[in-house]
Amino acid sequence: MVNEGVKIMVHPHSVELKHITKTFGSVVANDDVSMNIREGEILSLLGENGSGKTSLMNMIAGIYYPDAGEIKVHGKVAEIRSPKDAFDLGIGMIHQHFKLVDVFTATENIALGLNESEKFDLKEVRKKAEEICKTYEFDLDLDQKVYSMSVSQKQTLEIVKVLYRGASLLILDEPTAVLTLQEIKKLFNVIRAMKKNGKSVVIITHKLNEVMEISDRVAVLRKGKYIGTIHTYEASESLLTEMMVGQKVELNIDRPTPKNIVKRLEIKHLNVKNIYGLEVLKDINFDAYGGEILGIAGVSGNGQKELLEAIAGLQVTEPGASITYYPQNSDDKMEIIGKTPKAIRNAGVHLSFVPEDRLGMGLVGSMGMSDNMMLKSYENGHSIFLDRKAPKELANEIKDELGVVTPGLQTPVSRLSGGNVQKVLVGREIALSPTVLMTAYAVRGLDINTSYTIYHLLNEQKEKGVAVIYVGEDLDVLLALCDRIMVLCGGQVNGILDGRTATKEEVGRLMTSHVTNLEETAGEDDVDSEIYQTEPSKAAAEEVKANE
Amino acid sequence: MSKENTIKEPLVRIVKKDASSTKRAILVRAVAVILALVVDAVFIFAVTGINPFGVYGVMFKATFGNKLRFSWAMRDLVTLLCVGIALAPAFKMRFWNIGAEGQVLMGGLATALVMVHLGPALPTPLLLLVMFLASAVAGAIWGVIPAFFKARWGTNETLFTLMMNYVAIQIVSAAVNILRGKASSLGKLNIGTEYGWFPKLFGQRYYINIIIVVILTVVMYFYLKYSKHGYEIAVVGASENTARYTGISVRTVIIRTMILSGAICGLCGFLIVGGRDQTISANTAGGNGFTAIIVAWLAKFNTFYMALISFLLIFLQKGAGEIASTYALNDFAADVITGVILFFILGSEFFLNYKLIFRKNVKEVE
Amino acid sequence: MQAIIAWIMRAVPFGTIIMYGAMGETVTEKSGNLNLGVPGIMYLGGFAGFASAFIYENNAKNPNGFVCLILSLVCCILASMLGGLIYGFLTISLRANQNVTGLALTTFGMGVANFFGLFLLQGKSYTAAPLANSIYSAKIPGLSGLGAFGNIFFSYGFLAYLAIVVAVILHRFFNKTRTGLKLRAVGENPATADASGVNVTKYKYLATCVGAGISGIGGLYYVLDYNNGIWATTGQIEALGWLALALVIFATWKPLNIIWGAYLFGVLYWLYQYLPSVLGITTAVYVSDLISMLPYGVTSIVRIITRMKKKRENQPPASLGLAYFREER
Repeated sequence: MVNEGVKIMVHPHSVELKHITKTFGSVVANDDVSMNIREGEILSLLGENGSGKTSLMNMIAGIYYPDAGEIKVHGKVAEIRSPKDAFDLGIGMIHQHFKLVDVFTATENIALGLNESEKFDLKEVRKKAEEICKTYEFDLDLDQKVYSMSVSQKQTLEIVKVLYRGASLLILDEPTAVLTLQEIKKLFNVIRAMKKNGKSVVIITHKLNEVMEISDRVAVLRKGKYIGTIHTYEASESLLTEMMVGQKVELNIDRPTPKNIVKRLEIKHLNVKNIYGLEVLKDINFDAYGGEILGIAGVSGNGQKELLEAIAGLQVTEPGASITYYPQNSDDKMEIIGKTPKAIRNAGVHLSFVPEDRLGMGLVGSMGMSDNMMLKSYENGHSIFLDRKAPKELANEIKDELGVVTPGLQTPVSRLSGGNVQKVLVGREIALSPTVLMTAYAVRGLDINTSYTIYHLLNEQKEKGVAVIYVGEDLDVLLALCDRIMVLCGGQVNGILDGRTATKEEVGRLMTSHVTNLEETAGEDDVDSEIYQTEPSKAAAEEVKANE
Repeated sequence: MSKENTIKEPLVRIVKKDASSTKRAILVRAVAVILALVVDAVFIFAVTGINPFGVYGVMFKATFGNKLRFSWAMRDLVTLLCVGIALAPAFKMRFWNIGAEGQVLMGGLATALVMVHLGPALPTPLLLLVMFLASAVAGAIWGVIPAFFKARWGTNETLFTLMMNYVAIQIVSAAVNILRGKASSLGKLNIGTEYGWFPKLFGQRYYINIIIVVILTVVMYFYLKYSKHGYEIAVVGASENTARYTGISVRTVIIRTMILSGAICGLCGFLIVGGRDQTISANTAGGNGFTAIIVAWLAKFNTFYMALISFLLIFLQKGAGEIASTYALNDFAADVITGVILFFILGSEFFLNYKLIFRKNVKEVE
Repeated sequence: MQAIIAWIMRAVPFGTIIMYGAMGETVTEKSGNLNLGVPGIMYLGGFAGFASAFIYENNAKNPNGFVCLILSLVCCILASMLGGLIYGFLTISLRANQNVTGLALTTFGMGVANFFGLFLLQGKSYTAAPLANSIYSAKIPGLSGLGAFGNIFFSYGFLAYLAIVVAVILHRFFNKTRTGLKLRAVGENPATADASGVNVTKYKYLATCVGAGISGIGGLYYVLDYNNGIWATTGQIEALGWLALALVIFATWKPLNIIWGAYLFGVLYWLYQYLPSVLGITTAVYVSDLISMLPYGVTSIVRIITRMKKKRENQPPASLGLAYFREER
C-alpha cells in the first residue's frame, strides 16, 4: 500500500491504546484505557502506586495480554502476545524488577534477547555493546556476572540491552527509584539523547519533579482509569496531583499538640551493613518520644527499612550500637539489640511494625483476616491449641471500625485490595496496644479516604501516649502529620526538623544532600533547582513548542 | 492486503481464578477419576480383550469380597496413610520430604534390632515401648539430617531426602545380611518366641496398626489445624519472611517439624515390622514412602482426604492384583492403572486454579 | 593389575548407564523442570528398545543387525520422549506439581515396562535379544585387542563412546550456542527469558522431551549391552535411575563433570568386588551393601559443601521445581 512516491509515511503515534481493559481475578487493573504515545516524545505515565501504570505498559511489552481492547503500533493493529512480539515491533521495556539472569555475564544477558536471524557470536555482541557504552558513557564491565553487580549497574545493563536491540519505543518502569542523584541525571541525559535519535520514551513514575523535568507530555492514570494527557509546559504540580488523586489535595490532617512526652527509645551509634557489606545505616542517633509522631523522610532505599528492622530486632547491627527502650510502667531501661523479635515482645516491649511489603511480611496472604490477627499473639495462653475466638472477634471489630471490604473473615487476604490489606495490618498492630508504633509507607497505594483513616488512627495512638514512627514518602503528609521529621539520606541522619516550622524545600534539600558526595558542590545547587522545582521546565516546554 | 495484517487473538488464554467452590472441586476430581477409569478400561480391553466392566467387577471383589480381604485392604491402607500423615506437616511447611521411604526403613530397622537384641530381656509391654521409642528416634534422626542442612545452609531438601532413602536402603540391606547370618534369607524374627510381635486383636495382629493410624489421623488433623505448632507450620510454609517478622524461629520450626515427620515415618516402620511383617528387608517400606507423597500432596495436607485417596489407591492395587490372578495377567497392571489415575488427578488440579478463555471470533483487520 | 583393569572394565559400562540418565536429566533440569520420573523413563526406554529388537529378531526372516539397531534405538527414544511428554504436559501446560508428577511417572513407567515385559517373557523368568546384544556390545575390531590398553579404552559397545560425545556436545550446547543460552535462562529465570522473547513453554517442552529421550538410552544400554540383551522383571533400573539423579547433583549440573562422575560412581559401585583382589581387604558380605551407598553419601557431601561455599555457578538452576505462569501476580 505504501506509495513509492511518498518518502515517509508519518504516523504521529508510536503506540495507540484503545479501550484496554485488564483484570486479575476480581481486581481491575486497567479499565477501558484509551491513550497514545507519540513518535519521538518523552511521555511520563503518572499515577499513584497501584493505579495500573505498570500493568498497562506490560500489555504493550507483551507481558500481559489485555482482556479487551486493541493496541496499534505505528498505526497498525498489533497483536502483542509475547515480549518477542513487542521486540519485533521495536518496543523495549525496562522493568522495575530487572529481567536479568544472575549467573550470566552482562554480555550473555544482552545476547539472550537477540534476534534469531543474527549470527550468534558473543565476541561480536560484546564489541557492539562496548560501543554503546562508550557512546552513552556507561560504566559497565561486560564480562561481569550479574549477581555481583550493584543495582545501578544492573539498570545500566538493562538500558544497554534495550539500546542494543535498537528499540524505537523505550518504556522505563520507575527507573529512578534505585538510583543516586548523579545516576538519575545521567539517566535523564541518556533519555534525552534517545529522543534526539527520534525514539519515543515512556517513563512510569509517581514522582512529580521527575515528570516536570524530563517529559514532553504527561499521561495520568487513577485507579486503573485513564484521566488525561497534558503537555508538561501546561502542567503544574498541583494540577498533576489533582489529576492523580482526583481532587485538589487540601491536606487537612489533624496535628494535636503533643502532651506529656516521655522518652521511649534512644538510638545511639547505629550502624548496619547489608549482605554485600555496604553500609546502609551510618552512625544513626536519635530519640523517639511517647506522645509524638516522628516522621522519617527520605528517598526510598536510603536506610528506612533497615532502621525500622533494627529496632524490631530483625536486622543484624554492627558492634557499638545501642537501642535503649524505656518501658511504660517501670524505670528499668532495656537494651533491644541482641534480642530476638519474640524476646523483645516477651520482655514487654511493644514494638509494632507495619512493614513496607505488606503481603510478603506483615500478613500471610493465603490466610484469612481472622487467622492473620493471631500472627503475633497466637502464643498467648498456656494451651498447646490456638485460641481462635479472640482473633475472630478482633477481626470483626477491625472489619467494622475500619470498613474493611472482604467477602468473609476466612477469605485469604491476598484477594483483598491494597487498601483493605493495609487496614487489616494497621488495625492488628494498633490492637496490640503498642508503646512504640512503627509504620513504613502506611498509605502507599491507598485512596485518600483510607489514607485519612490511617492518619486518624496514628493520631489516636499519639494521643494515647504511643511513640509513633512514621516512615513516609509524601512530603506534604509528613509536614502536616508529624511533630518532628528526621531526614535520612544515604543511610545517615541529615537533620531532624520541627514538623510545624519546616518547609518542603528544607526537607527536600536534606533528602538529597549526600554528605559523602560533597565534592560535587555544583551538583548540590542543581538539587534544588532540578528535583524540587515546582515550575515546569522551560527548556522542555520550548522543545515541545519547537517540535510542533 | 498482505497476510501479515490478518491478526488473531490467541486461541486459548489462561487466566488465574479465585478459589473454586467445594462443589466444583469435588466435581472436577470425580470427572478426573472417571476419565482415568475409562482410559484404563480402554487400556485393559486393548491389551487383553477382556470386558473392562467385568474387570472392574473383579477389582471390586478384591477389596470387598469378604471380611478378610477387606481387613487386608485396611491393613495396607493404614500403612500408606501413616506415611501420608507423617508427610503432612512437612509438606504444609513446604518442605519436600521425599525421604519417607528411608525414614520408614530406619524406623523398621530400629524396631527389628530391638526385637532381636532386647526381646528375651524385656517383658512384652516394656519391649513394645522400647521398640516404639527406638523406631521414632531412628526415623526422626533420618528426617532431621536434611532438615538441619536446609535450616542451616539452605540445601535443597528434595534432592537431599531422596539421597537419604538409598543410604537407608543399603544400611538395611547390610543389617539384614548380618541378621540372617548363614541362613539364605531372613525369615520372621523371633519366630519361636514371638518377642515383640504385636498381640492379636480379633484374630489379627495388624488391627493394632489400624487403631493407631486412625488415632494418628485425627490427632494430626487437629495438630495442623488447631495447635500453635500447626499455625507456625502454616506461617513458615506460606512465607518465611513473615515468620521471621513475627518472631517465629524458622530454623526451629523446620527442625521440629521434620523430627515429627521423621518420627511418624519411623513409627510406621515399627507398625510394619511389629504388626504386619515381623521381619525386615529393604522392601519393608514397599514404595509407600513415595506413594504417600502423592497422597499427601493431592489431599492438600488434610489427613481425612488422605484416608480417602489412600483408599482409592489401595483399592486399585488390590483390584489389579485380583485381575492378575483371575485373568492370568500380572501385578504390574496395578502400577499402570494407578499411574494413569494419578496423571488425571494431577492434571485436574489445573481446572481448579485456572480457567481457559477461548477466542470468541476471528477478527480481520484491513 | 589384572584386577584393576577388570574393575575399570566393569565401572565404565555401569557409569555409562547413569551417564545417559544424568545427561538427560541435566537437560531437563536446565529448563527448570525437576523430573523425578527418570527411573520410569529409563524403564520405558529400556523396555521399548528391547521389545522392538526382540520382536524384530523373532519375526523377521533374515534379521539385519543394522535395522535392528536403528529400530531399537528409535523405539527407545520415542517411548522415553513420550514419558517426558506426559510429564511435560502435566507440569508445563497444566502446572501440576513437579515432584509428585515425576514420582507418578516413575510408578507408571516401571508398571508399563514390567507389565508388557511379562508378555515377552511368556512365563519364563528371562528372555533375550541376542542379535541386538551382539550389535550393542560389539567392540572396536583391532583396537580392543591391544592388551590392557585396549581393554581399558576400547572394549565397550558404541553407546559408551557415544555417551562421552553427547556430554561434550551438551557442554558446548549449554555454553556456546544461542539455544543453550536461552535454555539456561529459562531454568534460571523464566520471567527474564520470557521478557527476552524466549518461548518458555516451548523450551521447557523441548528440554523435557529431549532430556527424557537421552535418559531413556540409559535404560536401553542397560538391557541390550550391560545386561547382555536379557530382559527380566527387575527393580534394578529404578535404582539406576535414582543414581542418575544423584549424579546430576554430584556433577553440579555440568555435563563434563558427569563423565568422570559417572565413572567414579561405577568404580565405587563395584568397589566391594575388587576390595579383596586389589586392596587385599576381605570383608563380610554386608560391607558390600554399605559400600554401595557411597555414591549417595558422596553426593550428599558434595551438595552440602557446594551449598556452604555458595558459589553461584555450582547451584541448581534457580527456578528448578517451579512452574512458570507469565501473568502470575
